[in-house]
Amino acid sequence: MITIFGVPSAALFGQLLLGLINGSFYAILSLGLAVIFGLLNIINFTHGALYMMGAFVAWMLLNYLGIGYWWALLLAPLAVGFVGMLIERNYIAPLSFTNQRQSFVLIGASALGFLLLFYGLRIGPTAAFAGAAAIGVAAASVYAWKRPSQTSTVHVDHLYGLLLTFGLALIIQGLFRNEYGVSGLPYSIPSQLSGGQQIRIFDAPIMFMPNYRGWVIVASLVVCMATWFIIEKTKLGAYLRAATENPTLVGAFGVNVPLMITLTYGFGVALAAFAGVLAAPIYSVNPNMGADLIIVVFAVVVIGGMGSILGSIITGFALGLVEGLTKVFYPEASSTVIFVIMVLVLLVKPAGLFGRAS
Amino acid sequence: MAEAALRAPRAGAAAAPLLAVNNLEAWYGESHVLHGITFDVAPGEVVTLLGRNGAGKTTTLRSIIGIMGKRTGSVTFDGAETIRMPSRSIARLGVGYVPEERGIFASLSVYENLTLPPIVKPGGLSVDQIYELFPNLRERSGSQGTKLSGGEQQMLAIGRILRTGAKLLLLDEPTEGLAPVIVQQIGRTIERLKGEGFTIILVEQNFRFAQTVANRHYVVEQGKVVDMIPNEVLDQNIDKLHRYLGV
Ligand SMILES: Nc1ncnc2c1ncn2[C@@H]1O[C@H](COP(=O)(O)OP(=O)(O)OP(=O)(O)O)[C@@H](O)[C@H]1O
Ligand SMILES: [Mg+2]
Repeated sequence: MITIFGVPSAALFGQLLLGLINGSFYAILSLGLAVIFGLLNIINFTHGALYMMGAFVAWMLLNYLGIGYWWALLLAPLAVGFVGMLIERNYIAPLSFTNQRQSFVLIGASALGFLLLFYGLRIGPTAAFAGAAAIGVAAASVYAWKRPSQTSTVHVDHLYGLLLTFGLALIIQGLFRNEYGVSGLPYSIPSQLSGGQQIRIFDAPIMFMPNYRGWVIVASLVVCMATWFIIEKTKLGAYLRAATENPTLVGAFGVNVPLMITLTYGFGVALAAFAGVLAAPIYSVNPNMGADLIIVVFAVVVIGGMGSILGSIITGFALGLVEGLTKVFYPEASSTVIFVIMVLVLLVKPAGLFGRAS
Repeated sequence: MAEAALRAPRAGAAAAPLLAVNNLEAWYGESHVLHGITFDVAPGEVVTLLGRNGAGKTTTLRSIIGIMGKRTGSVTFDGAETIRMPSRSIARLGVGYVPEERGIFASLSVYENLTLPPIVKPGGLSVDQIYELFPNLRERSGSQGTKLSGGEQQMLAIGRILRTGAKLLLLDEPTEGLAPVIVQQIGRTIERLKGEGFTIILVEQNFRFAQTVANRHYVVEQGKVVDMIPNEVLDQNIDKLHRYLGV
């Protein structure tokens, strides 16, 4: 058996692989947060809940409709992205409206919907709540289409968006917990990716690499790099970067900035849902899976620097590796090392490693 | 039809105005800064807004393009009432805006800055034509937008709205803080744009410069238009103008 610094190679590389897998999820999630933060100026706390929702959509597609992993990889991000766009239009955007008429429609229609579904049609409590939310959103969307609200030019404090999305995240998680419990639902690895490879260097076995884990790393890298490319190198990305700097001026050139904001939020949470589908076969599908992960991801975002695209990708993967190494060499600190780094970075470079001080 | 097309662009007030501003009021939050601005601009005309610091010239342009939080009164462009429109719809009617602070994007290259504003009407300049107008921009096309000199940034800010096909250009102090040779270059550009039929509202502190390009001058004072001086009689009115501007 080969040892490195007194550690068996299989253990070392096994932990590094695990670190890279975790790093993949950190990277995709913090990338979505960075994109959303850049344009919306909102710290999106629903991100973890929507990651969880992505995994659940994959599970539902399989168990209710017989639709398998590969389609889920496409459909779950689309579905969750659509939910995200509704959240942005009906809950986040009104924070900066000049009046709250649309919100009154949302609240009124949701309340009436709940009375109708729960007391009238005697539908179960969780389904009635979800149905009422859908009715409220539908009514508010129709209202917004007939009588669009004006967005105020005064910037709203980040804190409101953070508190709002935090509340929404807890509600979404609660709904899934009521319906599916917390024990976790199995989701199996697609047959094309079962099994694994023995990795050898000069015929010496180094480690065993399950195919699915290799796929997760490759898929995350590809998605992260593609997102980076779109934002930094394309015309679409130029609009996004410009609107991040000065949305008013981009609007004054004739661009529909509110629509861009909605689509960007949808795209950011679709990334989270994609990560959720990737995660489903590794971790079981569980209503709490997002809440556990998102705290670490926020630390990653702080370390990388709010809103930095490349920074969030690099920091995500790097911190996954650091965590893996810590498990091998200093296991006592493995669950806190990221937060220790966060504190140190905040002390030394408060804007984050890749962030620009504003 | 043919007669209308042959009519000189500076037929002045006789032609139906391209832009008519009536009793325009605007607010920054609670503070009321425009108190009833009224003026108009004929197609093909260059008019200036002159006035002291804080008179409300920038706010007038911001209200025309629709980026003031609250504004009332009437602004018609090409026959369409725009006072209730969001800024993107006003831009799409063919209004191009060059802000006082220039608004060059730091995260975009010069080329990306130049091609950012969408084409809103046919008949805009091509990127090559803009590079001919401002050769510096061609050389620096790969640089970060904000790495340009002040003069180059101003050229970029003007150049990028020439691509869009906008017919009315709102230029807020394009010569502010620039060296005399650059001011001359911008003056020649405005002359040329005027020759090509663009309609321009120019905010200026430097009325010596304004005199070389404008047809008429509006004087803004404390959120109101208080006077209009045709360019031909500017010299006779120089004392009055000095009083208005406090120089
Ligand atoms: N963002 C703002 N918030 C509040 N008040 C403002 C704001 N911008 C300008 N003002 C006020 O509105 C009034 C008009 O300002 P405006 O910028 O339109 O003047 P200006 O004529 O363009 O002046 P300058 O020649 O200095 O550019 C001034 O009294 C100014 O103090
Ligand atoms: Mg000004």
